[in-house]
Amino acid sequence: MENLTQLIFKRCLASVATLFVISIIIFIGVELLPGDVAQAVLGQQATPETVDAFRKELKLDLPPMVRYGAWLKGVAHGDFGNSLANGRPVADQIGWRLGNTLFLALLTSAIAVPLAICLGMLAAFYRNTLFDRCISISTLSFISFPEFFIAYILILVFSIQLNWLPSLAAVNENMGLGTRIYTVLLPAMTLTCVVTAHMMRQTRAAIINVLASAYIEMAQIKGIKRLRIIVLHAFPNSLSPVINVVALNMAYLIVGVVIVEVVFVYPGLGQLLVDSVAKRDLPVVQASGLIFSVVYILLNLIADILSMLSNPKLRQSRI
Amino acid sequence: MTDQKASEIRNLDGHDESKKITRRQFIAGASALGLSAALSPALVPSSAFAAQGPQKGGHFKMGMAGGHTTDSLDTALIADQVADCTNYALRNNLVEVDHKGNAVPELAESWDASKDAATWHFNLRKGVEFHNGKTMDSEDVIFSIRHHMGKDSKSGAKGLINQIEDIKKDGKDKVVFTLKTGNADFPYILNDYHLTIVPAGTQGEQWEKGIGTGGYILEAWEPGVKSIVRRNPNYYKSDRAHFESAEVLSIADTNARTNALRTGQVDYMNRVELKTIHLFQRAKNINIIQVNGGYHYTLAMLTDTPPYDNNDVRLALKYAIDREELVKKFLRGYGSVGNDQPIHPGNRFYANDLPQRQYDPDKAKFHLKKAGLSQHTFDLHTSEHGGFMDISTLYQQSAAKAGIKINMVKEPEDGYWSNVWLNKAFCHGYWGARPTADMAFSVAYSGKAKWNETRLQNKRLDELVLAARSELDDAKRKEMYRECQMIIRDEGGTIVPFFKDYVEASNEKIGHGTVSGLWESDAHRVIERWWFKS
Repeated sequence: MENLTQLIFKRCLASVATLFVISIIIFIGVELLPGDVAQAVLGQQATPETVDAFRKELKLDLPPMVRYGAWLKGVAHGDFGNSLANGRPVADQIGWRLGNTLFLALLTSAIAVPLAICLGMLAAFYRNTLFDRCISISTLSFISFPEFFIAYILILVFSIQLNWLPSLAAVNENMGLGTRIYTVLLPAMTLTCVVTAHMMRQTRAAIINVLASAYIEMAQIKGIKRLRIIVLHAFPNSLSPVINVVALNMAYLIVGVVIVEVVFVYPGLGQLLVDSVAKRDLPVVQASGLIFSVVYILLNLIADILSMLSNPKLRQSRI
Repeated sequence: MTDQKASEIRNLDGHDESKKITRRQFIAGASALGLSAALSPALVPSSAFAAQGPQKGGHFKMGMAGGHTTDSLDTALIADQVADCTNYALRNNLVEVDHKGNAVPELAESWDASKDAATWHFNLRKGVEFHNGKTMDSEDVIFSIRHHMGKDSKSGAKGLINQIEDIKKDGKDKVVFTLKTGNADFPYILNDYHLTIVPAGTQGEQWEKGIGTGGYILEAWEPGVKSIVRRNPNYYKSDRAHFESAEVLSIADTNARTNALRTGQVDYMNRVELKTIHLFQRAKNINIIQVNGGYHYTLAMLTDTPPYDNNDVRLALKYAIDREELVKKFLRGYGSVGNDQPIHPGNRFYANDLPQRQYDPDKAKFHLKKAGLSQHTFDLHTSEHGGFMDISTLYQQSAAKAGIKINMVKEPEDGYWSNVWLNKAFCHGYWGARPTADMAFSVAYSGKAKWNETRLQNKRLDELVLAARSELDDAKRKEMYRECQMIIRDEGGTIVPFFKDYVEASNEKIGHGTVSGLWESDAHRVIERWWFKS
């Protein structure tokens, strides 16, 4: 276990450095965009005087290095600052949205991961049969359609025709867990369609890969049933690539679902990030960007740890 | 040209009853001028609403485009629909412009002007309380207006009210405005959506609490997501604020809004998708609400930049656009053709004897040849924003038939107003209706206007606008404004292809009076003006 703690320690250090670099890249990126928050917020109403007054109030007239330094100092003290556009604390704006984003991602994962793995196992079990092809074709078709298209089809069927599920995922803080799940079921279904294919194909490929091993042949010779071989012998040994794909998809579910958020009017982080970029609201962009980075780094770290734990070879070796 | 609003706007700032014409007369007149598109059947149910009296109570849910996570309730920064409608639920102006286009009392009980229209006395309504219990007085009014003035102000209304020289209080219930020059339309300016009244001393995060004198008290405000308001039991207007509570949901996606209305998750939506409106009309229990008050699109040429400094080039480009086609294909009939000047046929100062400019490839060719630019390719800066790309494409084709080559330069939607508009020599824009002719001219066509989108410098026009502003004789004023319209139409750098209707929809449970076309959503006052039918 010693190398595991070492790994975690090293990766954490690297993560801090990565985050620092990312924050610089985001800052430069937003600086490079034409226009600034004053022009963007005032929009068509902007006149040179109002823009100047606004810039002065927000200290945008200071040089970029000074502003970055001030921001970094704040973050080091745990203060993400206030939104430039409406003066509200960034933490207030992001906190509950992050909660919503995580809730949707977890709900989708809870549906999609078991579904994808089961389908992957079944596809491996019935390899090259009509059933295998059907699963592959249908999941790959889902991944090929744009997300909003799947979303609209689901809305058409489940909200407008059948009237079973709401087309707006308008969650609020007073909702119980049951109502909340019901409210976000349609976006979760949409995202499930989007992420299932990738995980399913990876599971199938990994299992089929392992099925060629000698110990599987041994198991077959012993007369163990094929399904049992796949679930108990092949799957545990093909976990490592599956875990990696699951982690990547979960990261996607947290950072990349802005289109689904827009279609279902779900107040998550994606919409906030897009709006803030459009308005050049740097503190919000920085904070959301860093959260997304942390999500990627953490999920990758967890994936690596789980892969190691699931693989005795990696567990023993030195890194 | 299909709606009742047009006829009522005709009376804009008119106190002269004899000038009023009925909607029927107006439509007949408009048809005779060849301005009228088909009369929409959607109008009939919408005017039938007025018959049902307002009912109290209910939770009104609106699905609105025009909300952003960066929205603020600071009156200086209010810029789009969700904040606008929320603001008008929470706060009041001194003066309201009613659906007929008349300036009527709101927080000001009455007002009068000096003879030169440069000094205005406003008597405030007594005993009106803010949501925090404070009684509204002249201090609050002065604070609220001053918030938009001065060097450090970042207000969108700054340009509009820089004509105010000074504001003084005259006791607790009286305010005196001194203007730099006379303005007969001054009360209309106080109806601007930035100039709502807040308690004196409001600052920083207090703005987001939404304290005002309005019919509703802010319960929840999450920019870009929603606002929830609950009825103010102390509201001084007895015939307004019928809903018990209201919720404005920010729904950016048109399909999501449409679905939400169809499935009953909202009662009202703005900005109906015109491309599919013929299908939407078939849906049961949905009413389409269509109003036109002068919202128009422009294609602006910088008149100080070659080749657009040559009036022949401008005329060639004006003759090369097919307005009828744009109204038919781009607006699906929900609008009317423009005549290259900003005054809407519903405005009482509209010069109805100016001939309508038609699509004329031969004249376009003639003027282009006269300018010696027959082989020139014109760069038109366009964007996905506001459907500009569709307009550009249709324009490019109609111009090609006149032998005019237009090259579309696609600009990012993001930052369009700061980087393209007012900067590129030939680009798209649009304008909300202005309640008076003076505001329409002085905001975008006067030489010194901040938003002079064509950099037009016409001495005669500037003189006329200034003189007409303080002219109290209506006939003389009308003649002056006629000349202004003619100058802009024939010498200006603006193509006004069409006036676009506001197209909104509600379910059948919703009742309302005649809808104002001054701004979207019943001039943003939908929450306090509308009601549930029993």
